Amino acid sequence: MSTVEVPVPTLPFGKRFTRWFGRNTIRIYAVVGFTYLFIPVLYTFAFSFNDSAKSNLTWVGFTFKNWQNPCGAPEVCDALGNSIRIGLIATTVATILGTMIAFALGRHRFRGRSATNTLIFLPMATPEVVLGASLLAMFLNFGINPGFWPTVIAHIMFCISFVVVTVKARIASLDPRLEQAAMDLYANERETFRRITLPLVAPGIAGAALLAFSLSFDDFIITNFNSGTINTFPKFVYVSAGRGIPAQANVVGSSMFFLALFIVLTGELIGRKRRKR
Amino acid sequence: MADASTSSRGDLKLTRITKSYSDFNAVDDLSLTIKEGSFFALLGPSGCGKTTTLRMIAGLEEPTAGSIHIGTTDITTMKPYQRPVNTVFQNYALFPHLSIYENIAFGLRRRGIKDVKSAVDKALDLVELPHLADRKPNQLSGGQQQRIALARAIINRPALLLLDEPLGALDLKLRRQMQIELKWIQKEVGLTFVHVTHDQEEAMTMADTVALMHDGKIEQMGSPADLYDNPKSVFVANFLGQSNLIDGKIVDSDGDNFVVDLFGQKVSVLKSRSSAKDASVLFGIRPEKLRIQPSDADKPGNVLTGGRIVDVSYIGVSTQYQVEMPWGQEIMVFEQNDDGIPPLAKGDGVRLSWEPIFSFALDGHEDATAGSEVEVSE
Amino acid sequence: MAFLQAAAKRANSFTGKPSRLPYLLLLPGLAFLSIFFILPILNLAATSTQSPAASGEIGSYVQTFQFSNYVNAFLESREQFARSFIYATLATLLALAISYPLAYAIAFKSGRWKNLLVVLVVAPFFTSFLLRTIAWKQILGENGPVVGPLRALHLIGPQTTLTASAFAVVTGMTYNFLPFMTLPLYASLDRIDPRTLEAAGDLYANGFTTFRKVTFPLSLPGVVAGTLLTFIPAAGDYVNAAILGNPSTKMVGNVIDSRFFRIVDYPTAAALSFMLMAAILILITVYIRRSGTEELI
Repeated sequence: MSTVEVPVPTLPFGKRFTRWFGRNTIRIYAVVGFTYLFIPVLYTFAFSFNDSAKSNLTWVGFTFKNWQNPCGAPEVCDALGNSIRIGLIATTVATILGTMIAFALGRHRFRGRSATNTLIFLPMATPEVVLGASLLAMFLNFGINPGFWPTVIAHIMFCISFVVVTVKARIASLDPRLEQAAMDLYANERETFRRITLPLVAPGIAGAALLAFSLSFDDFIITNFNSGTINTFPKFVYVSAGRGIPAQANVVGSSMFFLALFIVLTGELIGRKRRKR
Repeated sequence: MADASTSSRGDLKLTRITKSYSDFNAVDDLSLTIKEGSFFALLGPSGCGKTTTLRMIAGLEEPTAGSIHIGTTDITTMKPYQRPVNTVFQNYALFPHLSIYENIAFGLRRRGIKDVKSAVDKALDLVELPHLADRKPNQLSGGQQQRIALARAIINRPALLLLDEPLGALDLKLRRQMQIELKWIQKEVGLTFVHVTHDQEEAMTMADTVALMHDGKIEQMGSPADLYDNPKSVFVANFLGQSNLIDGKIVDSDGDNFVVDLFGQKVSVLKSRSSAKDASVLFGIRPEKLRIQPSDADKPGNVLTGGRIVDVSYIGVSTQYQVEMPWGQEIMVFEQNDDGIPPLAKGDGVRLSWEPIFSFALDGHEDATAGSEVEVSE
Repeated sequence: MAFLQAAAKRANSFTGKPSRLPYLLLLPGLAFLSIFFILPILNLAATSTQSPAASGEIGSYVQTFQFSNYVNAFLESREQFARSFIYATLATLLALAISYPLAYAIAFKSGRWKNLLVVLVVAPFFTSFLLRTIAWKQILGENGPVVGPLRALHLIGPQTTLTASAFAVVTGMTYNFLPFMTLPLYASLDRIDPRTLEAAGDLYANGFTTFRKVTFPLSLPGVVAGTLLTFIPAAGDYVNAAILGNPSTKMVGNVIDSRFFRIVDYPTAAALSFMLMAAILILITVYIRRSGTEELI
């Protein structure tokens, strides 16, 4: 067998690397970006297994006991319970009120439309300190003490705008011809809404509710102003930050992460399956 | 509502319909009768008011003035869901969250009909897609979606089926096929079809009657052949196919014919094919009706002499010539390549002839370019 | 084309008849916002010009229309004000620099992983933001894995700390508001048809020119939305400054918080809140006008 030596143009390693790097810069960057995003999450997750007594500042040893008994630090579970209760009530009310506004804005022409749009935009453009402080000042003026319900009201207030924006976007992406087609096919206004409009907007409403809950659950500043002696999970974390946060808080934080991821991914999978079917 | 489809049958009658928007009239004092069981096409360039007319018939717009009747029933202010009218929407508007089966059953269910299975199966058979019942709309090709949209409308046996540019999104080959199929289905189900399109070929292939719309008014209405062969205005002559329009003067009357002077040469046109208001006319003749010969040939009929070929394009079945006439105007001639004679060459002197029955005469005060440069694609 | 626009406008409502329905839909939500957003803001405006009651009781104030509260509040806290806007601007620019390539990679280079990656951008934010901020504090802190090696390599001096510094506050803010920047950017980039970019390449634009002349202008709505959604909460934030900062990194939010709770000086807190809100609204208006994206709102 006679072989002809074909000179393979081998570039020096340095040059090959620069070329590879040039082609993949954006991908490498994305990997670095995602690492940056996830470092604190991984840290929180890792330290949920720390066998620490009270403060969770340094690594002591590996244990499952925090996960087996997340209520080992009783304040954690109390605060978590409050956060969930507040979140569920605020989400329900804000989603209903916000969706109604979104339908009015997205499906009707009426006088005062732009004023309404401004009123929806303003709470989102107002810093949380201002929202929290102004609401508390008013409650105090009227002799209402901060606590559970003032906090719920505050959360509904700042969630409405986000619900409106999310649902409105979904309504705007809806082809008006679908509703016209339904009416053309003997569905009256109510049936058209129930059978066509609502099912098609539903994913937007679900997304808005999820957003509202996570905003409410994670809120610290506005809650801190209006909750008085009621403890919420973020408030608990903030207050105990000084003397050290019990590892159970990391368990709760990590669980929320996995729960939310689970909900979003399941929703995505269902959506994908529906589209395939 | 359950008997909406049977109570009011008959011709569709639009009486002096006007639709005004703040700054203009989309439809302007339009009256129109569409015979029951016919295939009617509303043809026109975009913005001519054809879609607005359709939407008013469907009940998606309310006319500013005028009335709409089906048979003896006044439907002018009825809600869309109260009318015995169904629409095949542009881009189909299939409900994305419902299966094909449920899409087709939608209208029957809304009218309170419980047993829809046999009707839906029949509708699916009619459009030859029975195997797709369980799919979702976005799993279907454009052509399939088009047929489902048709089935969804036809299943309700409406007095009137409206088609809003139903074939616009399909590719040319599929469009041709669907044109034939739609026509067949219309014969099969015997419903009145009102078809809105900007595609003249589509309108002419399918419809019994074509109404050509322009600026919110009907420019001319009639059978496709009538519109093509005997246009009554420059817009119609130019919008449907191509026309050679030559300035002329009526100089004499000769039995059934007018004698027309075209820059010193005398030709004739049937009086029945003239819509001239006075002596000044635009004399019209379609390019494919013209015969082209070397200038020394001698042929009977109407003749124009002194032409010179300035451009020749060979396109398979025919050859297109641009012929410059003594008065400077260029005349277009389409010659079938069926006589085995080699095409004439650029620069040749020629004469043009035609059977007098093919020519027509239009009002000479109209703009000779109207309708020729309307954009056809939407 | 006016005809088409008019038709599209009317296509939304079938009859076009004025209806009470939209007002009924708006009523509960707008009533709620009026009572619990507008009214408190007006109340705050009233509070901002009050002065201490004659009784001298702590937390008791009467209306005296003392507009000098604003001047005093501003003079006392101008450093914190300036810091708020500087930190927020820095954090916004940093977030934009980090998010843009990330959003670009997800929109154009991720193929079938696109949806998953979008979820992953948001995912970290389901862990409480306070927990994440505290995690940064510990990672960058004295006992964390970063400071030791940096000191050993003499990249930072033995006395230098990473936490309790302006650097830590700005990076904390950058991190915390990152998804607010990434998501709108991704949304606007994802809407760009890759064929327009190919067309630009076909018309002899090189990579950078394509980006500058085509990609970036098309993504502008996302840039504007993202920078606003980052800047607004950042300017009013005080949690990052409280956890990651030191006394000399206090922001106006910290001052409002402490005036309210520790000193019980409601008028000053109210005046500061009002100035913060006004400053942000003015900046937003100017910004939106200049970037020509009014339709965003």
